[in-house]
Formats: sequence, structure tokens, C-alpha cells
Amino acid sequence: MQVTFKILRYNPEKDKEPHYEQYRFEASENMTVLDCLHKIKWEHDGSLAFRRSCAHGVCGSDGMRINGKNYLACSTLLKVLDTKKTITIEPLPSLPIIKDLILDMTDFYDKYKAVKPYLINNSPTTGDSERLQSNADAEKLFESAKCILCACCTTSCPSTWTNDNYIGPAALLKAYRFVFDTRDEAADERLDIIDTPDGIWRCHTIFNCVESCPKEINITWHISQLKKELSNREL
Amino acid sequence: MIHKFDVVIVGAGGAGLRAAVEIPKEYSCAVISKVFPTRSHTGTAQGGVCAALSNEEEDSWLNHAFDTVKGSDYLGDQDAIEIMCQDAPRAIIELEHMGMPFSRTKEGKIAQRMFGGHTKPDDPNDPNSKRHSVKRACYSADRTGHVMLQTLYENCIKNNVNFFSEYFITDLIIEDGICKGLTAIDMATSEIHTFQAKAIMFATGGYGRVFRITSNAHVGTGDGCALVYNAGLPLEDMEFFQFHPTGLWRLGILVSEAARGEGGILRNNKHEPFMEVYAPTVKDLAPRDMVSRAIISEIRAGRGILGSDGTYYIDLDLTHLGKKVIDEKIPEITGFARTYLGVEPTKECVPIQPTAHYAMGGIPTNFDTEVLADNSGNKIKGFYAAGECACVSVHGGNRLGTNSLLDIVVFGRRGGKKISEYLKTAEEHTFNTDPADKTRELMNKLLVQTGNEKISVIRRELQENMMDKCGIFRNQADLEQMKVKIKELQQRYCSITILDKSKVFNTDLIETIELGNLLDIAESINESALNRTESRGAHTRVDFPKRDDAGWMKHSFIWKNTTGGDPKIGYKPVVVTQFQPMERKY
Ligand SMILES: Cc1cc2nc3c(=O)[nH]c(=O)nc-3n(C[C@H](O)[C@H](O)[C@H](O)COP(=O)(O)OP(=O)(O)OC[C@H]3O[C@@H](n4cnc5c(N)ncnc54)[C@H](O)[C@@H]3O)c2cc1C
Ligand code: SF4
Ligand code: SF4
Ligand code: FES
Repeated sequence: MQVTFKILRYNPEKDKEPHYEQYRFEASENMTVLDCLHKIKWEHDGSLAFRRSCAHGVCGSDGMRINGKNYLACSTLLKVLDTKKTITIEPLPSLPIIKDLILDMTDFYDKYKAVKPYLINNSPTTGDSERLQSNADAEKLFESAKCILCACCTTSCPSTWTNDNYIGPAALLKAYRFVFDTRDEAADERLDIIDTPDGIWRCHTIFNCVESCPKEINITWHISQLKKELSNREL
Repeated sequence: MIHKFDVVIVGAGGAGLRAAVEIPKEYSCAVISKVFPTRSHTGTAQGGVCAALSNEEEDSWLNHAFDTVKGSDYLGDQDAIEIMCQDAPRAIIELEHMGMPFSRTKEGKIAQRMFGGHTKPDDPNDPNSKRHSVKRACYSADRTGHVMLQTLYENCIKNNVNFFSEYFITDLIIEDGICKGLTAIDMATSEIHTFQAKAIMFATGGYGRVFRITSNAHVGTGDGCALVYNAGLPLEDMEFFQFHPTGLWRLGILVSEAARGEGGILRNNKHEPFMEVYAPTVKDLAPRDMVSRAIISEIRAGRGILGSDGTYYIDLDLTHLGKKVIDEKIPEITGFARTYLGVEPTKECVPIQPTAHYAMGGIPTNFDTEVLADNSGNKIKGFYAAGECACVSVHGGNRLGTNSLLDIVVFGRRGGKKISEYLKTAEEHTFNTDPADKTRELMNKLLVQTGNEKISVIRRELQENMMDKCGIFRNQADLEQMKVKIKELQQRYCSITILDKSKVFNTDLIETIELGNLLDIAESINESALNRTESRGAHTRVDFPKRDDAGWMKHSFIWKNTTGGDPKIGYKPVVVTQFQPMERKY
């Protein structure tokens, strides 16, 4: 079948503003959007720039806006899109564009780093054996630990669009990952970091983030657990 | 721009990050990666990382070492294997202490599952008695590599490691037998950066992209190995490339051995569980080289299943495992089957075919990750390599599942330690000439050259031919043809026109350099395969079907011929300590 892609293009060396370019080519319904971008790049226009690595939804490189929804190009098959209509591809919103579909992710990573995304535990370990943790407690972390830092959630969040300083769902999810780890001793420190006007309280439970998460993480549920923890702390 | 560091590590996968964590704060350390660290390939590893922890059942590091040696088809160096297996329990506990989330046992210890080729003797006092599968693979559902990579990156953030993300290395500077630094392109600007360092470590990962069907990421192009080869240094055991038996049909996306560890069964077009014939004791959990050959043999004997596009596949049956096991133990891989093939694994079999997976060969090192200058034990001062790009050799002719995640943390750490020791007395070196010149010339040449060749066409031809002629079953005629093909492609490579002339994220240029690297890697694999006239581990010569211990218990070393002729080949004996070669039956 023939499909038409309309892609946002921007080359800072020659374009003043981003613009759209259209590509029409032969494709099949089992191709992913990433396959299509490769086809365009490899057969038609080598200058098209995008990030990608694993090609099966585990490295988090190719989050983009596909027909207005944030998702991974490599995890979106043509068969789930209406291929009779033009398919629109844009970079994720609200981060600066460097070239075509490549964004400057610095702000996103900085917010992730702000929540101290590492285990803090200064108690001595028993040397040659693991810290014990029940499987139930371990499993409480698994969903949040699935995050591949693709930024689909944070850039879909209306609170992010209206406030650059909002820490965003991905960083909050990372905070959950450590606050609820029974092996961690710095829950309070992290809760202090997110307990600010630009922190967790900017989340108004609008669920956009959940809809765009390619790893199907129920981000809002995790944020609500953090909110609960914070209100328990007040008491 | 010129940067000076005590140590520069290239690669932010498990090996590079584990090494970085080990470098003491008093030394300046930079980590360079062509992708953001957590996008590295280690994150795709699924099934597990092994250690004889005995959390689920009695086990010992000796059992593990025995399996690794046997799995390697007796090509692994036994001193290095002993080090790795003995260090494994400590390495895993350390990851747990760093914060890695693991699945747990009832007692709250790290959970373990079975994996191909990992066994213990029925009689604990007799290692040569009949053996059965053992639970040795530590795991975190089927996202073990993902959480390992995240944990190591998190620890690097904690330690304030310097990252140069999306920098692509293009040259390795070795002068007077000393490794002095390297050059890299900042992909965002195309600016050339020179890194001057007392110690350099390569942890640049594998090169599965040399084959058409592969589980490896697009970035798995063997850049580090190719740079070493082009620097006139040898590569070791390049003919040994592992095909994983279960890639998703046509796509190559990996379905981890964990699927069979949890009880999945391979079936042919008569729905027969054919592995019972090929490996009566461990059946579907036989080592990968054997299972891959069995699958291709079934297909060649007319027992494959015909797919919609005229190619054949084999069924992986998970339906009897039940929804609970599938959802809890292998959610990710069954998700891939649903997304990419539209198959519901709780109800239908998953179509699979072998997929190019792991490079056993690579940059020769000793067990302290010091890079060898030749096959007689000399070293390149200040140069280290660890992880999939290196050949220690702990995997020999065939790697056992879960031994690579172990390899990268054990040898990543050993490398970090060795480098720290070296830095105590190491002196600063100066370059004899401007190291940026070569990269500048390379970029200029590639950007101005014109012709009617396309990167994608040459790459496709290379990958398809490597798959057909230098894949699971090899023979002299095919390998000779492949050799001619590679020469032709290397010629045509000079007529590629790069369409993108810009400086900002010129991924067209980067892909072209990567393709050049793939061509060099293919040459070294094919030439080594042609040279080894026996079958061992993953290297199967149908014209020499037997393992030949008298003639070939030795590693191959291959050197590029920089004047254009055939590469040169030499040998290094295998280190044998306590495990004498025996027939490899399972
Ligand atoms: C799908 C899949 C599943 C697997 N599952 C398992 C498993 O369950 N258990 C197991 O033990 N093993 C498994 N393996 C194997 C294992 O994951 C890898 O061998 C291992 O992770 C390699 O780690 P590494 O650190 O050596 O390299 P990688 O993680 O591949 O990292 C390479 C690094 O080098 C950098 N780099 C490369 N070239 C350049 C360049 N030119 N310039 C700058 N940087 C560069 C990259 O950016 C990257 O950061 C699996 C492999 C695959 C493909
Ligand atoms: S639930 Fe919160 S974080 Fe998610 S989109 Fe809504 S406001 Fe943003
Ligand atoms: S939570 Fe989901 S959408 Fe957000 S960064 Fe992580 S994986 Fe991506
Ligand atoms: S390329 Fe890795 S997530 Fe899409």
C-alpha cells in the first residue's frame, strides 16, 4: 500500500523556522513508524535526523509525536494507524528542537537527576549477602523500574506545557522508585525535593501521561502513592 | 577541542559504567558514548545474570566453571573462567547493594531460574556424572539488563561521573606502543574533539549488525573492534559468532532463553518437541549453538513451518505455561510477540528463527582487561578493553546465556581496578602529531566523495550475504565467495554519496562510518572462519564437521593487512587448568 508521511523538518543551519515535508512511499501494515522513517532516510532523503537504537521499545530513544500522540516510533505499527490519511510525525512537544525529530533533552534529564535517582543506604551491609526484601516489596518497584526515560509522558503533560519548571511525571515516577524501595533510607530527602509548588503539586491527575507511556506504566497511580505518603508525613 | 583526563572509558553499557564506578574520585574520568548511557545495548538484556548463589538449590562456582568451559566447547581460557565464576556471587551481591531490583525468593533472597547450558552433576561428588539443569540465573522479571544498566548509571550519577553523550569515536591514537588518546565527533555539532588520557578503556559492545537477522540494536556496529583492527592490532576468535535460537521470525527481536527456562518448548511442523532428539538430557535448554543448528536442520529437513512470505520458521510453544507465569515471569518478551507479530502467546505458538546475537571474539585482553599487542603476551601500555567488544576469553567458541551480563560486571570492575593501579605511576603522554587530522580527513573525504552507491544498499548486501554464507552453517566455497563479495563492497563503499552535508546531527555521515566498520569486521570474521578447518562451538564447517582438538585447541588472532592484501592470521594456545576436553553431549 502507499502511505503518506508529513514530517516536521528543521535544519538550524539553513531554516529559520521548522516546516513540514511530505513523503509518499510503498509500505506494509506490519512496518513500524521507525521502519518508515528508515525507509525515507535510506531511500529518499539521507538528511532526515532522528534518534533510535534498539528498534523494539526498550532503549527509549525514539519517542515522538505520531498523529498528535506521543509514542515510540519503533513500537507503533502502521496497522494501528489510519494509513488512508496522511500520517503526521513531529518531535515531542515542549523541549527545544535541535534538528528534525531530535530534541535537546537536557531539561528532562536534569529533572530526573534532581530527585536523587540512586539508592541511598548508609547502613553497613552484611558483606557477602544481599539485603533481604520480600518478593511483594520488590514487585512494588518493578512497574516504576520499567521506565526507559523516553520523555513521552512528561512532554504530554499539560502542566509541563504551562510551566517549564514543573518537575514532570517521569521524575516523579523515579522518586517513587526509590521512596518505596524498602532498602532505601532517603525517602524524606526525596519527598522534600518534590514537595514544592513546582513539584508534585502541579500534577492535577489529568492522565495524559499514562496514555502516552509506551511501557504501560500507571504513572498517576504512582504519583498518588507519593501524594499519600506526603500527606501521611504532614500528620 | 582538546580534553585531558586520567582515564577515558568509551562505552556506557554495563562494562563501561561498571568500570567508571570503580575509578577513585582522585582521578579524572570521562565516559564517552554514541548514545545517551541508558540507551546502550545492555538495557535490552532480558533473561538474567548468573552466579552460583545457591539461593534456590545447592550449587557451586565449580559447577558454573565446568558448564562455561564445556559450553565454550573447550576454547575458553580456564584461568579467566575460574576468576569469573568464583567472583560471580560477590558481583551480584554488589549489584544488589548498589540498588538493583531483583525478583526474590520466599526468604527475600535474590531469585534464580534455569537457563540453557547451566547444570550440576546428579552426584555432587562426581563432576563427570550425568548432569541436570540448575537454577543459577538471577533475574528481575525479564528486564534484567534494563535494571542493571539503570542501576549502574544511577551509581555514576551519584559519583558525578563525566559523560560525553552522543560523541562518536573515530580514531584511536597509539604511538610508540603506547595508547595516548582518541578522537571523537560531537554528533550535535560535528566538531572534532581530542581526548588525551593516561589510560583508555574500550567497552564498545558487539557487532550483530553485520548480519541481516539480529537481536542487536542499530548501534551494534563494532566500532571499537574496527578501530583496533585498523590500528594494526589483532582481533581474537572472530569466527565465533553466536546465533540465538529464538529470534522473532523475520525481525530477529530476541525471545530470551528465559522463555524456555520457564518451560517453553520448540516444536516443528508436526508439533513435535524436536529438541528431545538433539539433546536428550537437557532438551530445549541445550546451549545456543546446538539449538540453533537443530532449528536450521529441522527446517532443512522439511519440518519447518511455512510463513506468509515463503520463508520458514519454528514454533516456540508457551501455551501450557499459563497466563500467570507468562504475565509475571516473561511479560516483556511475550509483549513483543503480541506487538510485532500479532500473536497471543497464551493461546498460540510464537514463530521464531535463529538470530545473530553475540560476539564471542573481539579485542584480545588478559584477565585484567589489558589489551594484548600480539599473540605472545605483549601488552599495549595504557589500553584496556572489557565487555562484549573484548575477548578474555571466557566464552570461547560459544557463550552460555547469562554469562555476558556477568562478564561485563566482573571484568568491568577488574578493569577499573587495574586502571586505578596503573594511574598511580602512569605519566602523561604527548601526541607526536595532531590527532584530529585523521578524523578531519575522513570526514572531508566522505562528505565530498560522489558516486551512485547508497549506504543502505551496501549494508543490506553485506548483511544478507553474511547471513547466507558466513552464518550458522559454513563451508569453504561459500566463505570464498563471501571474501570476494566483501572486497567488492569495500570498493563500492568509496562511491557512496552522503546526501546530508550539514554539521548538526549528521546521522548520514555517522551511518557511513559505521558501515565502514562493519565491512572491516565482516572481513575479519569471514577470513577467520575460512581459516579454521574444524567445527567448534558456534563455528560450524559442514566440510569439517568434527572438533579437532589436536589441531585447533587454539585461539585465532587476525591482523588487517593495511596495504590491501589478505589479513594475517596467528594463534595462541588455550589455557587449560582443571577441565580436560571431552565430547560435548547434553
Ligand atoms: C536482546 C539481547 C538480550 C540479551 N540478554 C542477555 C541476558 O539475559 N543475559 C546476559 O548475560 N546477556 C544477555 N545479552 C548479552 C549482553 O546484553 C551484552 O553482551 C552486554 O550487555 C554487552 O555490554 P557491553 O557493556 O559490553 O556493551 P553495550 O551495552 O553494547 O554498550 C556499548 C557502548 O559503547 C558505546 N559505543 C559503541 N561504539 C561507539 C563509538 N563509536 N563511539 C562512542 N561510543 C560507542 C555505545 O554507545 C554503548 O554505550 C543480551 C543481548 C541482547 C542483544
Ligand atoms: S497526571 Fe499529572 S503528571 Fe500526568 S499528565 Fe496529568 S498532570 Fe501531568
Ligand atoms: S514513565 Fe513511561 S513515558 Fe515516561 S519516560 Fe518512563 S517509559 Fe517513558
Ligand atoms: S529505538 Fe529503542 S525504544 Fe525505539
